[in-house]
Amino acid sequence: MSSNIAQVGNKGERVRSDCFVTLELTESGGLVIQPESKVKALFGKDILRLAREVLEFFDIRHARLTIEDSGALSFVLAARIEAAVKRLISAEKEFLPAMIPENEYQTARDRQRISRLYLPGNTPSLMINAGIHHPDGIILDLEDAVAPDRKYEARFLVRNALRHLNFYGAERMVRINQVPKGLDDLEFLVPHNVNLILVPKCESAEQIHQVNERILQISKRLGVKASIWLMPIIESALGVVKAYEIATAAENVVSLAIGLEDYTADLGTRRTVEGTESFFARCQLVVACRAAGIQAIDSVFSDVDDMEGLRQTILRSKALGYDGMGCIHPRQIRVIHENYAPDRDEIEKAKKIVRAFEEAEAKGLGVVSLGSKMIDPPVVKRAMKTIATAVKIGKLSQNWREEA
Amino acid sequence: MKKYDQLVTNAAGRIVPAIVNGKSQTPYMGIGKFRPTGNKAAPPIATCADYPADGNKLVPTLRDALIRCGLRNGMTISTHHHFRDGDLIANQIFDIAHDLGVKDLMWFPSASFPCHAPLIKYLEDGTINRIEGSMNGPLGKFCSEGRMKGLGVLRSHGGRYQAVQDGDVHIDIAVIAAPSADPFGNANGVDGQAACGLLGFALADSQYADKVIVVTDNLVPFPCIPWQIHGNYVDYTVKVDRVGIPEKIVSGTTQITRSPDRLLIAEMTARFCEQAGIVRDGFSFQAGAGGTALSIGIYFADLLRERNMKARFMRGGSNKYLVKMLEENLGEYILDGQTFDLDGVRSMRENPHHVNTSPFTSYNYHGKGNFASMVDVVILGATEVDVNFNANVVTHSDGYLLHGIGGWQNCLFSKCTILPIPLFRDRIPVIRDEVTTLCGPGELIDVIVTERGIAINPKREDLIEKMKDSDLPIKTIGQLKDEAEKICGVPARPDLDDEIVAVVKWVDGTVIDSVRKVRT
Repeated sequence: MSSNIAQVGNKGERVRSDCFVTLELTESGGLVIQPESKVKALFGKDILRLAREVLEFFDIRHARLTIEDSGALSFVLAARIEAAVKRLISAEKEFLPAMIPENEYQTARDRQRISRLYLPGNTPSLMINAGIHHPDGIILDLEDAVAPDRKYEARFLVRNALRHLNFYGAERMVRINQVPKGLDDLEFLVPHNVNLILVPKCESAEQIHQVNERILQISKRLGVKASIWLMPIIESALGVVKAYEIATAAENVVSLAIGLEDYTADLGTRRTVEGTESFFARCQLVVACRAAGIQAIDSVFSDVDDMEGLRQTILRSKALGYDGMGCIHPRQIRVIHENYAPDRDEIEKAKKIVRAFEEAEAKGLGVVSLGSKMIDPPVVKRAMKTIATAVKIGKLSQNWREEA
Repeated sequence: MKKYDQLVTNAAGRIVPAIVNGKSQTPYMGIGKFRPTGNKAAPPIATCADYPADGNKLVPTLRDALIRCGLRNGMTISTHHHFRDGDLIANQIFDIAHDLGVKDLMWFPSASFPCHAPLIKYLEDGTINRIEGSMNGPLGKFCSEGRMKGLGVLRSHGGRYQAVQDGDVHIDIAVIAAPSADPFGNANGVDGQAACGLLGFALADSQYADKVIVVTDNLVPFPCIPWQIHGNYVDYTVKVDRVGIPEKIVSGTTQITRSPDRLLIAEMTARFCEQAGIVRDGFSFQAGAGGTALSIGIYFADLLRERNMKARFMRGGSNKYLVKMLEENLGEYILDGQTFDLDGVRSMRENPHHVNTSPFTSYNYHGKGNFASMVDVVILGATEVDVNFNANVVTHSDGYLLHGIGGWQNCLFSKCTILPIPLFRDRIPVIRDEVTTLCGPGELIDVIVTERGIAINPKREDLIEKMKDSDLPIKTIGQLKDEAEKICGVPARPDLDDEIVAVVKWVDGTVIDSVRKVRT
């Protein structure tokens, strides 16, 4: 392809909510924009106006732009056109969609992270409705879910989604590419209120330091104040050995996740349903996380039709001490929530403990007891967390105290 | 003859022609406002003296039968759509007509499908003047672009029965393709390679047409039992090799949705029905054939099982899921208008609690009541809804005619009508200021369920009251519209031509809206 033509985006029968743009810089003739869209009757003029605005923003005077549109939302169109422009010219400035007020939230260090929904970073149709399924977090994935030749354009899309797409309160996470390459992804994330960065194939504290250094650099330059949490993913034998070092590498590491596909490959074995081959790694990871006082997150379950298999896997994972799991399909979210959540016995026990604690407090007693047993403060704390999770997931009414 | 004439504004504020294809029309007057007078239409009196005493009405070919029925220019030919996209007979009728040089026919199907696209050539060459019936896919596009010689007329299933019964449409020749028939003309849909369950959509045609032909590929000796169509109405019978393609008759449109977004909408709908007290012991429901509606049925089944309750009756289109509910005794009866899969066909054949119905029993507005208004809750689709809950089911927002009405209008009379729909499709918001084509008045539409919120019609104060403490996201329809436009942008109005290409009838035969030509 000649160096003055760039093609970006997706098209085809099955593509929805996306577009494919072909930009050719020309010597003369002004801006010739040809939108072909299945929503042309309703949004043809909007598409044209936006395309012109983006090109003019980058001072492009003469170009031919064709847009094969499958119902892309504005932030997607803008990301595609900008990526095409930047393939052809170098420009510092960015064409940013508005940061919607709904996205201006910070997340708490120890917030619930039972479910995190992976969303391929170059597939807008899967992003748009992700939030309505209410996962605890969404992961815009720039790493394995994006083909190598699409990584460039995906960054623009992910940046625009962080600014403009409402995820309805889910923690907005991005999985960057492996360090050091992934450090460059941060330019597209840090200024746009990303809540958490997943650092894949992490094998040392040094990699975490590098990520934090770059975050600090960008934050200083642009005056970003928000804290950005890190979730390193442990996916190799070396990573497992160094789990504690990584977990304690920095203040903003809030969790470790384990990635078993790569780990088992690294061991030279196969991943099985029983998971014997990863048993040590999973235990090691939980122990490292608990020692560091952070959350432990399990690997995804890849058969989206096998809900019973997923349930069994979760029960084993929960028994090992894991707090949550990644998911690759919205249908997994409920199963993950229901099964990581405390079961009925756990909730009943927690209710008793919290009641006893509250009674003791009301009476001004320093010691909490249940029957003949003394209850230690960490037990009370865990019971409160159990209650909070049960309420959040809908297993327990908000007004449980008034109910029998 | 002009396609249409004398534009007037009807009670819904829509501009409609008072003359359509040369016949004068009553503009829509409001729900229940138009009161018909006079007597029903009737076919000519026949005598046994003209029919073989041995009951053998077989003629060698469909062509012979059509010639003997006196096929000539300007006639109205009717067919039914129980074979859906697997119909092999309708196209043959017009091949024969074309071959005989007959012109200006009106095709009066109970619905058309993409398999009927070959008829476009006969619409172009004048063999067929127009279609009065649903126009899907390629035929809808052809009509939308103003290329049909006559004006299209869209009716609901009940409206089609009403039009025939009231004499609004006179059928000259009805061709009833049947999976099973005897030489006398008794016919049913439960047996044979093309089994489709029942033949209810052909009932009016058999009763009111001047001439009736039954075509089958499974000829059995008299009597063909059950006789869903009575041979006493039939003039000629024809044996052919195949009447339909089985795998297209029981089409793949009836799978439960795998889309997580649609499953969410289905679940919200089911929870709404539960919280509003609609799902209770002895209730009744109708859910359509779409993937979302099917999933709602499954949620209902779970709920009934959990609480040890059962539905008194369930309205089909039936499919394996509904049949399973019947067989599990989660519902006592299926009152079925069409069967969508082989389990539906089998159940109808074997289970006396799986009852075949017709547009007469379930939908006809000019009768002494019908089932539709007795159903507790009906789940329907729509292409668009406006801020007054008016809904469109025939055109897309770009103006193209792409769907039929089916039983949709008739079902609106149920005690609670719920439309579960995505807030936007691709970039197109579903809730508009005004629908492109009005098919159902908002006063009959009670609840809109989208993935981002549920809107209850302000007229349903009872439902609003019941849901006031619900944990479901209850919003106003205006809020939903704003939310969609925030995501998609504000859509322009489609730039449609003034020319009218089709009219939409209300259930009582009045004209509720016009479909405009799409500029190409």
